[in-house]
Amino acid sequence: MNTAPTTTARTRRTAGLALAAATALLLSACAGAAAPTPSTEPTATEASQLTVTDAWVKAGDEAMSAAFGELENTGPEPITIVSAETGLAGRVELHETVENETGEMVMREKDGGFVIPAGGSLSLAPGGTHLMLMELGGPILAGEEYVFTLGFADGSSSTFTAPAKDYAGANENYEGGDMDGMDMGDAGHGSGH
Amino acid sequence: MTPEPDTRRGLTRRRLLLGGAVAGLGAAATVGADALIRSGAERGAGPAGDAAPAAALGTATVPFHGRHQAGIATTPQAHAAFVALELAPQTDRDGIRRLLSVLSDDAARLTQGRPALADSEPELAEVPARLTVTFGFGPELVRRVAPAAAPAWLRPLPAFGIDRLEPAWSGGDLLLQIAADDPFTVAHALRMLLKDARSAAGVRWVQSGFRRAAGSVPAGTTMRNLFGQVDGTVNPQPGDADFDELVWVGADGGWLQHGSGFVLRRIRMDLDRWDRLDRGGREQSVGRHLGNGAPLTGTEEHDEPDFEAKTAIGFPVIPEFSHLRRARSDDPRERIHRRAYNYDAAPAGGAISDSGLLFASFQADVDRQFVPLQRRLDELDLLNEWTTPIGSAVFAIPPGCEEGGFIGETLFDASA
Repeated sequence: MNTAPTTTARTRRTAGLALAAATALLLSACAGAAAPTPSTEPTATEASQLTVTDAWVKAGDEAMSAAFGELENTGPEPITIVSAETGLAGRVELHETVENETGEMVMREKDGGFVIPAGGSLSLAPGGTHLMLMELGGPILAGEEYVFTLGFADGSSSTFTAPAKDYAGANENYEGGDMDGMDMGDAGHGSGH
Repeated sequence: MTPEPDTRRGLTRRRLLLGGAVAGLGAAATVGADALIRSGAERGAGPAGDAAPAAALGTATVPFHGRHQAGIATTPQAHAAFVALELAPQTDRDGIRRLLSVLSDDAARLTQGRPALADSEPELAEVPARLTVTFGFGPELVRRVAPAAAPAWLRPLPAFGIDRLEPAWSGGDLLLQIAADDPFTVAHALRMLLKDARSAAGVRWVQSGFRRAAGSVPAGTTMRNLFGQVDGTVNPQPGDADFDELVWVGADGGWLQHGSGFVLRRIRMDLDRWDRLDRGGREQSVGRHLGNGAPLTGTEEHDEPDFEAKTAIGFPVIPEFSHLRRARSDDPRERIHRRAYNYDAAPAGGAISDSGLLFASFQADVDRQFVPLQRRLDELDLLNEWTTPIGSAVFAIPPGCEEGGFIGETLFDASA
């Protein structure tokens, strides 16, 4: 069952995530939250401006999963993430979660990729923007670490490591909802209000 | 003969009665009103993680990373939950490594007041209140990772005559000791850790305990148990000359070096029977004054007891059967570091109390330090009349880890 969340509820949730992100950024990363390793390109690349902290991927043996984390653009120019890859999945899409015409929260591919303004940040979180993993090759084991590669508009790329965690949420509905196996659960994330 | 005050005569008469009773005693326990005695006991609070002023209680933190795990030499927090997990049949060596990696990361974050990764209630992590999470390994966990690496003492304690152990409070494969000055903090940490363990392990038991609320008594005040006794006056403390030797496993311990051994005994205290004993009898049973915990031969809590002192009619002032006398060893190595908590559970079956002590102790070698002490108390300790061990578990406490590592990594190295 899905009920449309109110604007207020969504705003509160966003504020909470932002607070969590700010807290995380103030403190150093810890075991499992690997810092990204920029590729060996000149320092002016988009990849070199990105910092990833608190990355994690949802464990399980479903056909799909999702990865999350806090992305920060430390540079003076906006950067655009246009692709993501991981050995875990045959396909990775950059997703956003939006309200459709019936008031239902659904996720869909983000047009133009993830744009992070200069000095800005992007929170990838359950119920919001995330990396969608499809065509998984096998179960994702909680506690295991997985490598992800992000591709940028300027052709540069960077990698980060994300541990897998058991997580009961992140059961977003896929836009359209008629594709077998695409509905990751029966509880849309808006059902709490 | 100098006339004795009335109270004194009463005590003497009572002691004779108690002495007669104790001769026929077979069963009972080791509530630690004073489990171990050491000479020259004089101390303040421990140096590590002292309770902060009230305003700062919520934000105070204890470092997670380091040579030793936190929660052992840390000044005891007001609240603790001891959790024993049971590994699922399919959780193999790799599964245990993954489990310990996740739980270590959760603990590293939560203890510093940061949400765990994927913490669905991140706001609840904002009050660390000196949270510590301490991990211990039971025999089965060690067997699945590195069978040859188990220390000889990592096994159930020998059966004692006083024991009435219940499986529901005994054993376990992985111990989590979660302690903080705020019970809400303990609850959130417990929830987060159990969520992250559930695919690899189930809950065998959870035992929650408490001391006085943080800030309600001066730092360094010895705790009391629910019998009203000052409990833990003589306890090796961080900073004492021999604390390290008594608590931490040495270089010969291999993967356990800088770790420790842990014993948890759930000791039921029969408050209703205890109520029948008046104050004098209570003091005789433990050998200390109830008012301030001073030995019956002294006036201050930390006074050294005089076991030679006799009453006017020739009985020892501190009775032979008292807990204080029985807990003392002539061997200074037979001492342990106690970190006990009280429990007060919901009574069942028409009873009005289900209370007792979570007797938690750390020692480098359980067989050499804990077992001889427990044997003496098993043989004779008047407190056994009112106390019964109903749970018992032994765990190996791995050393601490550095940032980027996980608790227990040395066990995996041991068998690599």
